[in-house]
Amino acid sequence: MTATAAELTAPAARGLDRARLIPGLAQAAVGAYALWAFGLGARTASGAKAAVGMALNPNAPGALGMQTFPAAPVAIALSLVCVVCGVARAFAPLGPAARRGLTVGYVVSFVLAFLVWASAGTSTLGGVSLPGVLNNTLIVSVPLILGALCGIICERSGVVNVAIEGQFLFGAFSSAMAATMSGSVWIGLVVGALSGALLGSLLAVLANRYHIEQVVLGVVLNLFALGLTNFLYDKLLSPKAAEFNQPPVFQAIRIPGLADIPVIGPVLFDQNILFYLTFLIIAVLQVGLFRTRWGLRTRAVGEHPRAADTVGIKVLGTRYRNVVMAGLISGLGGVWLTIGQVGSFTTNMSAGKGFIALAALIVGRWSPVGALGAALLFGFAGGLNNALAPLGTPLPGQVLSMAPYLATVFVVASLGGIVRAPAAENQPYVKD
Amino acid sequence: MRLELRAITKRFGSLVANDRIDLVVEPGEIHCLLGENGAGKSTLMNVLYGLYHPDEGEILVDGEVKRLQGPRDAIAAGIGMVHQHFMLVPVFTVAENVVLGDETVTAGFGGPLGWLDRRKARREVREVSERYGLPLDPDARIEDLPVGLQQRVEIVKALVRDAQVLILDEPTAVLTPQEIEELFTVMNTLREAGKSIVFITHKLKEVLAIADRITVIRRGRVVGTATAQMSEQELASMMVGRAVQLVVEKGPGTPGDNAFEVSDLTVLDQHGNRAVDGISFAVRGGEILCIAGVDGNGQSELAQAILGLIPVQAGSITLDGRQLVGGGPRRTLDAGVGFVPEDRSRDGLVAGFTVAENLVLDLYKSKPFAGAFSLDLTAIGKNAEARIAEFDIRPTDPDLPAGTLSGGNQQKVVVAREMSRPLRLLVASQPTRGVDVGAQEFIHKRIVAERDQGRPVVIVSTELDEVLALADKIAVMYRGKIVGVVPPDTSREQIGLLMAGITDSAAAAQRSAAPAGGTAGGTAADHVEPGEGADDGAAGPDRKREGTGS
Repeated sequence: MTATAAELTAPAARGLDRARLIPGLAQAAVGAYALWAFGLGARTASGAKAAVGMALNPNAPGALGMQTFPAAPVAIALSLVCVVCGVARAFAPLGPAARRGLTVGYVVSFVLAFLVWASAGTSTLGGVSLPGVLNNTLIVSVPLILGALCGIICERSGVVNVAIEGQFLFGAFSSAMAATMSGSVWIGLVVGALSGALLGSLLAVLANRYHIEQVVLGVVLNLFALGLTNFLYDKLLSPKAAEFNQPPVFQAIRIPGLADIPVIGPVLFDQNILFYLTFLIIAVLQVGLFRTRWGLRTRAVGEHPRAADTVGIKVLGTRYRNVVMAGLISGLGGVWLTIGQVGSFTTNMSAGKGFIALAALIVGRWSPVGALGAALLFGFAGGLNNALAPLGTPLPGQVLSMAPYLATVFVVASLGGIVRAPAAENQPYVKD
Repeated sequence: MRLELRAITKRFGSLVANDRIDLVVEPGEIHCLLGENGAGKSTLMNVLYGLYHPDEGEILVDGEVKRLQGPRDAIAAGIGMVHQHFMLVPVFTVAENVVLGDETVTAGFGGPLGWLDRRKARREVREVSERYGLPLDPDARIEDLPVGLQQRVEIVKALVRDAQVLILDEPTAVLTPQEIEELFTVMNTLREAGKSIVFITHKLKEVLAIADRITVIRRGRVVGTATAQMSEQELASMMVGRAVQLVVEKGPGTPGDNAFEVSDLTVLDQHGNRAVDGISFAVRGGEILCIAGVDGNGQSELAQAILGLIPVQAGSITLDGRQLVGGGPRRTLDAGVGFVPEDRSRDGLVAGFTVAENLVLDLYKSKPFAGAFSLDLTAIGKNAEARIAEFDIRPTDPDLPAGTLSGGNQQKVVVAREMSRPLRLLVASQPTRGVDVGAQEFIHKRIVAERDQGRPVVIVSTELDEVLALADKIAVMYRGKIVGVVPPDTSREQIGLLMAGITDSAAAAQRSAAPAGGTAGGTAADHVEPGEGADDGAAGPDRKREGTGS
């Protein structure tokens, strides 16, 4: 509202856009700090060697050995890249694509500089295991991705789904129970997905038919799911674990050839079916939302339902169908938590992942591929933390787990552009 | 295609919105549906488009009774509609909006997961826009298009679906005069191509300019049919149901001393450009100054700066010698300024508040509406009843949310609030925009009454008719400057040229030689001749999109 002094003298200052200058300089400053801390600090001083493990299982026959290299020069070089990226972003007249590239380059260099610093002098401890970090990242990311995809379908059609957390719990609980009782992971998978859809249909009816405020509704459904699963766990799963809560788990399927690629092979191509399914769903949804009739209509219903109605699209039908279908996907997220990973169900085992998924979909700007990127970023938190814990870095683990979220704020702020939710989100459609 | 509505009745609760309406639209005619806001025109068209189901009556297409369950049936029957609030998805492209709901899909999985055929969508847009002279870029995003082009997309959307009858619901309400001319050309082209058009409006001049036949609706009933040979006066009387004065009755004023003065005022818009560029003028008590100009030449910023809504870069605004700059809206209002904003729904009313609450929005914290600790609801209710009676606000229920009133009645609420306290200055932006003839007459009378009580009045209007009817003095704004101050008996052509920024070159030279503020109230350019001067500035500034409805 109030014009600042700088804006009033704008014609002179046009060449240097403050919106670019400040984040650019901030990046450069952080880069300079990295140079001082990672490149010139005590940990990398006196020729310490950085050590990076290259195999998921170093003892396996033919596994790549640990790689070591002088830490200080590499950390210095990477930090300098950060500084250059920041300065270029602040001063060079670049297009949005180039600036986005610089930001990505910046983040990657910074993270690598940090890893070099953290692994310096840890060769006796096995170093930082690169595949280990990647593997942890992916495993933590899978439920986040599935949850975010569920949210994307719902929100793109105009229904806010805060109940992803509850759908995770429903999916995890019922798949563990069904798999134990039937002895089949496949039945567990189907039942888990369906129970996510069940909670989804409850959400759909209450939001579309009874017009309940959708955020409040989602929170209530989460509490309901938590209460119900806790109750049944206490009464059923915990006392009679052998009958109800000792499910089989999905076994990894090794894809011949691809799984032998060094470093990334075992991480990407030696996982269970749910893992592959997740990436398949991302691809289908990305194409579906932006290239098919279903996607066009879904987005129209989420942006301007009345316009959709006037061309004969059934607004409520679309919303019901999408919310229930999305529930199947977040149900799968729950399945992953139990029979996709650890097996048995424990109380509140989703532990807030549904909310992080929600954040991932917003950071990913309501697009499946964007949500994948955001979920991987968040997943990196867990991955890094697990890998660095045994190496004894001076940084406490809690600080490390914070880092990706800080990075998110940073990245989102500097990627620029307008983050815009579907316009008709959280607005019940009422024909008059 | 011949379209016939027989005895259509539509009720909402106890309200009969359409009462046994008969209407015949012949092929290749432009049929005007004329009526005041709230007369039931839009309801009738929503029935015709399948959005509402009539309680009684039937719709015949080429003599065959059609049951329209929804828009899909209407589209299939050859009926297309351009809604007053456009039914376009702002983030979609033109082509996406045009094919939405009627997409062609290739291969893929067939059915809902079919692959969109974008190439065909683009081709359809291009074909139709070439055939009817409606140029459009199929890949442009709706939100980047000006309102006139958005409307064109709506028309193309209906034509691609092979509409034979096109309903245009108040299509001119959002358009500039030039865009209206273009629309009329398009309508004529469509008529020649054998399409029929139902043109809904309450603007008499437009009706007479384009209609083949006219059906007048009042309070849900057909009150008569007319031809374009009738006079504006006759049509207005038929529409309102009583004799209406189209000319404002206004005696000669008795201006006093300069009461309201603006000098060297500069205001920046949100992009840092000089929206108001060093202008000066003075208004005497008992005088109406109209600020004319094409929309977007700084008038809005001027009005907002007077109220104190946006900061002033330089210059002063004084009322009875008191400086208003820097005080903010509260102080300006307390100084006795009544302000009617140009966009009532955004700046004039709180749509979710009741009429009674809206009527005390500026006075809620002073007596008699506020007690020591709480609002005096009885006083607020009494005030509302008095204002509703005085300003003829309909419906008369003070507890209805203001947003549910028709545009004309919302405007009356704003005017009632702003004119019901002792004023020392009245500033009104577009006081009758989107307001029907009856309400317009009433609002104009009230404005003249303010003047006759000796108050200075500033009216900002882009409607030349309104300016000529009300003004004692006309200042024309162009690109942030006042390019001329002329008396109200100046010809429309002359004012039109000033609005396009064309001034007599001699006068222009004189102005630039004079010190800043040379255009102050009637000093330099009281009479500007239509000039042979530069015409490079004739194109008005680009208009921004005004939102896409809903």
